[in-house]
Amino acid sequence: MLRYLIRRLLAAAVILLVITVITFVIFYALPSNPALLACGKTCSPSRLAEIKHSLGLDQSFMTQFWEFFKGLFVGRDYGDQSLRVHCGAPCLGLSFQTDTPVLTTLLGDFPADLSLGLGAAVVFLVLGVGLGMVAAVRRGKAADKAAVGFALVGVSVQIYFIGLLLLFLFVDKWQILPASGYTPITQDPAAWFQGLILPWITLVIVYLAMYTRLTRSSMLEVFAEDYMRTARAKGLPARKVVLKHGLRAAITPIITIFGMDVGSLIGGSAVITESVFGINGIGKLAVDSVQNSDLPVILGTTLFAATFVVLANVVVDVVYGLVDPRVRLA
Amino acid sequence: MSLQTSPHPAQVAPASAPFLDVRDLRVHFPTEDGIVKSVDGVSFTLEKGSTLGIVGESGSGKSVTSLALLGLHKGTRAQVSGEIRLEGRDLVALPEHDMRALRGRTVSMIFQDPLSALHPYFTVGAQIAEAYQVHHRVSKKEARDRAVEMLKRVGIPQPDRRAKDYPHQFSGGMRQRAMIAMSLVCDPALLIADEPTTALDVTVQAQILDLIRDLQEEFGSAVILITHDLGVVADIADDILVMYGGRRIEYGSVRDVLTRPEHPYTWGLLESMPHIGGDVERRLNPIAGSPPSLIDLPSGCAFHPRCTFKGWVPHGLCAAERPELLAVAGTDRHIAACHLTAETKREIRGRRAAQ
Repeated sequence: MLRYLIRRLLAAAVILLVITVITFVIFYALPSNPALLACGKTCSPSRLAEIKHSLGLDQSFMTQFWEFFKGLFVGRDYGDQSLRVHCGAPCLGLSFQTDTPVLTTLLGDFPADLSLGLGAAVVFLVLGVGLGMVAAVRRGKAADKAAVGFALVGVSVQIYFIGLLLLFLFVDKWQILPASGYTPITQDPAAWFQGLILPWITLVIVYLAMYTRLTRSSMLEVFAEDYMRTARAKGLPARKVVLKHGLRAAITPIITIFGMDVGSLIGGSAVITESVFGINGIGKLAVDSVQNSDLPVILGTTLFAATFVVLANVVVDVVYGLVDPRVRLA
Repeated sequence: MSLQTSPHPAQVAPASAPFLDVRDLRVHFPTEDGIVKSVDGVSFTLEKGSTLGIVGESGSGKSVTSLALLGLHKGTRAQVSGEIRLEGRDLVALPEHDMRALRGRTVSMIFQDPLSALHPYFTVGAQIAEAYQVHHRVSKKEARDRAVEMLKRVGIPQPDRRAKDYPHQFSGGMRQRAMIAMSLVCDPALLIADEPTTALDVTVQAQILDLIRDLQEEFGSAVILITHDLGVVADIADDILVMYGGRRIEYGSVRDVLTRPEHPYTWGLLESMPHIGGDVERRLNPIAGSPPSLIDLPSGCAFHPRCTFKGWVPHGLCAAERPELLAVAGTDRHIAACHLTAETKREIRGRRAAQ
């Protein structure tokens, strides 16, 4: 098991390295002039060169990459003695816009995504697996049709539609909830919860559909397995056959998808939800940075999100090993 | 509770009633294309301590019959009718809740492919212990000990250690032994083995059959052995039931059916079997054609489209009329369903012997 874990972690490190290289190459190849952007309206050629130099843009591609790569591990200093900015390891660069280390901004926005993503994920996993199981057990009956129909609606409607509808109903019309947004849980837990409840519901509706369908099909596949017949032939009650023997086998593909979804959700992929509900998360940061051509921030958010997806995959692999002895003992 | 206590409910049957009495069993599956008559009027009896071999090709209704004996069609779309009297109790009419109490405890089953029939994510020991625990109020530890004991009984070396292994860590033969241990853990009165050796190496097949026979002697269970291999039946069964298209085609003691088979289909089964010590040059004689559709069985005798001897029966009777199961003269309960008369069969036998 330990060897398995080490193998997975090494593979994850390699993947991250590859992503770093690719993102950096794209960044470097972009036809924009960051120095010009940073220089502002009153720009002189000498000032431009100065900025170029302080950003390291006057160096070769290899040198720039090496500086960036080194910064990830040991940190990096920008600028000259007078206006020196230190960027501690792991340094993802400085924002052109704010001159602050990208990682600081990312970590500041991260709790919002963590709350949004994890909160919704727990609910849609539990509800989705539950509904999917009911649908599978009652295949072809009313409960199954209702679940499948609901799933279809969930897949079809868009986040901004549900989100805006919920906002209109709960905040504007009925005024049950205050305007949504993110308040740190450490600051005011009640406000944290109230501000996130509509975004959670929105994400749950969208993701629940997929988990219901996935669980249903996975469960139906397992029901056809010989070992399910064996479980019944032993005299196990139907409930135990489904919940113990069935779910144990059907849950593996769901774990895989769930891991990736959680990874990308807390890595900032809930960008539409963020913007509908006015939550300042990593998704919004990424969009803003693209609009401003703030390349270090684009690079940083990409790497940050990738790290979470890759880490989530490692976690999935480990859980897989725990669930399936054939993986663990292979 | 002692492990030796007989777990069978005290169901006192009339002294004359057979232990298992299946009468006119029908299992029909309604589908969009029509009703699939997988089992269509099958009857047989079985006493404790004896073995019935049910023989037939795939799709002849063997496995569906065995699932009906376990009541596993309950709660599915299958329509089951007829009677399955086990110690006087009709399993067809039994509600699911009561049937569940019998499954694994009074009636248990060994499945064909132990790799797919065992759950890949639970240890072998846990799966056997679970089968025991579901019918007995015992602690986890006691159930586990019982599982290890059963593994030892079916000849698995180092049973204590092997109980902690997963099915994929067992070899094919060992897996089937574990499956047998699981099916015998509650000391069932009726054991159904559905092609227990089909998925195994030939060398292992004999070991498994010996094991089933030994355990039957030890436990005194009644055994139903489902197979397409007449050789296996000849080895360990007392009676043979030959099925074709969901119906009985020939039924009797092993001695009667194998020494004097009455139905051309049974002849075909026997001739398609290689004999050890037989002439190497002699070609095996497979039965031409393929098993019939269970939705639309051929008219008359279901076997007639494949039968080489239908020409011996006058007036196209084979296609027109379904032959009755008739007692074979000079035997005690050997029956067969064929339009060929005794004289014709004698003549056919004579010609074949002369060849």
